[in-house]
Amino acid sequence: MNGGYGVFLAGQVFVRIPHLFRRRQTFKEQLFLGGIKTLHVSLLVGFFIGMIVSLQVGLELSKYGQQENIGLLVSILMAREMAPFVTAIILAASVGSAMAAELGTMKVQEEITALDVLSVDVVSYLVLPRVIALTLVSPILTLLSVWVGTLGGGVIAVTQLGLDFSGYTHNAMTALQDIGSTIPLPVSLYSGLIKSIVFGFVTAIVSCASGLHATNGAQGVGQTTRSAVRDSIILIIVLNFFLGKFLLH
Amino acid sequence: MGPSGAGKSVILKHIIGLLKPDAGDVWVQGKSVPDLTPDELRGLRRNMGYLFQHAALINWLSVFENVALPLKETRELSPSQIQDKVEHVLKLVRMEGDLQKYPAELSGGMQKRVGLARALVTDPRIILYDEPEAGLDPEMSTSVSRMIRRLRDELHTTSITVTHSWACAQLIADRVALFEKGALVTEAPLDAFLSDPHPRVSEFLGQSK
Repeated sequence: MNGGYGVFLAGQVFVRIPHLFRRRQTFKEQLFLGGIKTLHVSLLVGFFIGMIVSLQVGLELSKYGQQENIGLLVSILMAREMAPFVTAIILAASVGSAMAAELGTMKVQEEITALDVLSVDVVSYLVLPRVIALTLVSPILTLLSVWVGTLGGGVIAVTQLGLDFSGYTHNAMTALQDIGSTIPLPVSLYSGLIKSIVFGFVTAIVSCASGLHATNGAQGVGQTTRSAVRDSIILIIVLNFFLGKFLLH
Repeated sequence: MGPSGAGKSVILKHIIGLLKPDAGDVWVQGKSVPDLTPDELRGLRRNMGYLFQHAALINWLSVFENVALPLKETRELSPSQIQDKVEHVLKLVRMEGDLQKYPAELSGGMQKRVGLARALVTDPRIILYDEPEAGLDPEMSTSVSRMIRRLRDELHTTSITVTHSWACAQLIADRVALFEKGALVTEAPLDAFLSDPHPRVSEFLGQSK
């Protein structure tokens, strides 16, 4: 994808936000595709990520007799890093790839050109509802992923580390006590949610921009889809570092 | 008319402003198309219809929704006005019984007719047809060509049709131009074109027949 075109497209989407009411039907469909249809994957992956973190970190902590702090570590790691990151990867691989393939197919079959000829605003008609839907769905899925991940960590804490569940939960909740100085919300929560909003937006823009530039028939659509997922994941990883650094300071 | 790769579709795309010429100019209704701003180009396109080679219908929209799309997006009409207009043009192309079908459920010829209805629904003054007979069997090709002729006569629109089929040209054309390798070979009224002395004309007609 051409980075300059991605930035241009993002600007075009911002300008057209007032059109969202007109696009509510497509917007609702995209919310369903990005949210409901991805929910089970996000929950399942989030649960197992929580268990993995709890197992790996918990076993190390138990060597030093610190296993009762596992709740705090799992909830912080899930809220700040793992849940936004893993949710973004799931969305890029499932929803972003579908967006790129759908728009790419429309492009190579001249449907995008047809919309252009009919004076239909392609950004407003196709891109805006997809971008806004994914941007909204991403933090919701992240929040649910934090919740099931912490729950998954609790299962390991009880079954493998010999902790009781209420102690684990109480320890996990202490992660919410660190209130930010600029934003009066728990740092762990808002830093993860802001990241997830940015990741959702970037994934949708990269996917739509790639799709709208597809060429060379079916082979080109395949190439476009691959590059959309690859570019989204690279951007998510790079942005994750910089946003993490910025939001924690 | 012209063989594949002659630049026929490229000319249509220049006329409607999808491509910009490397050199020269394109004038439509007194306006230089390459110099138009995006808003002016949209204004010009409102007076033009375009039938794509493979119809280019939006796959997830029904026949009715495909034809209604340009009205919903570019005109301020009430739902009942849109309904009336869409039903009227679908009747013109004899597709009034398939309003709720989706493009995947239609044959190539039916998709072309829906594409034609979509091109007609905004009452264009100029209609551009990009190989209307492409991908159709001879019977369906003749039927679509006759429909183009009938619509042109009924609606009094200017039509520019790109084709490599002489049979199609004979049915719909008043004037014929032959292109080759991106250049105009000759241009004449239909009857005069047959007796054009240029050697490429007889060669092309021989191959086309």
